[in-house]
Amino acid sequence: MIRRDRLTGEFQLSLSDENRAVLRHLAPQLTELLEDPGHPVLMRLFPPAYSDLAHVEKQEEYRHLMQEDLVARHREELELLVSTADAKTLTEEQLQAWTRALNSIRLVLGTYLDVSEEDESRSPTTPEESVYQWLTYLLGEAIEALSGQT
Amino acid sequence: MASTAPAEIKAPEVGEVTDLDRAWKVIVWNDPINLMSYVTFVFQKLFGYSLDKAEKLMLDVHLKGKAIVSHGPREKAELDVFRLHEYGLWATMEHDT
Repeated sequence: MIRRDRLTGEFQLSLSDENRAVLRHLAPQLTELLEDPGHPVLMRLFPPAYSDLAHVEKQEEYRHLMQEDLVARHREELELLVSTADAKTLTEEQLQAWTRALNSIRLVLGTYLDVSEEDESRSPTTPEESVYQWLTYLLGEAIEALSGQT
Repeated sequence: MASTAPAEIKAPEVGEVTDLDRAWKVIVWNDPINLMSYVTFVFQKLFGYSLDKAEKLMLDVHLKGKAIVSHGPREKAELDVFRLHEYGLWATMEHDT
């Protein structure tokens, strides 16, 4: 599905039009959710930086300094996913942005579905679960393609 | 006789040691969503770890629930936490004891 072209170093994407449409549909939904980074469904995208919850001031300082940047990064990657959803090839940098965007969508969808490790082998029963499993598959393909080049 | 008692010198308490003096460790926690291959990939990418080391850390996260992935002063630890958050990993930092 995703293969590195040995001559150009770029990655060839063979995805169906339907699959590409799913990506174009999902990414803007997450972008919209990012308007409110405190939304509970986004908790996996913005975890606290300090293990010890007693570090309230440091945690606030970190959030104040970093959260905006983190939101901006997620936005950029989701925008790139949309703008390259129809691409036949991606550069390495673009595919890496894809992996982060796909993973962000999985994190939010997985939080919404409240998935557990035991769910992995279960057959999906809802459209959301099907999408989640397909994203898992696509992300796995992307990582394999990126890792195989060393 | 005039008293020449020295001004009281207060010994610094343990709790007053500044954060700049203290080392921090960055921990990645297990979660049911992130893929094992993705976590391994991120460790290699962000910290330049070999595949072996990255896989060992990933397995610690998966099987033991967490792994320490880096150490350093507060600023460096915060930056590492931020980079891990960019990749969607569940990372936090705490004092290195």
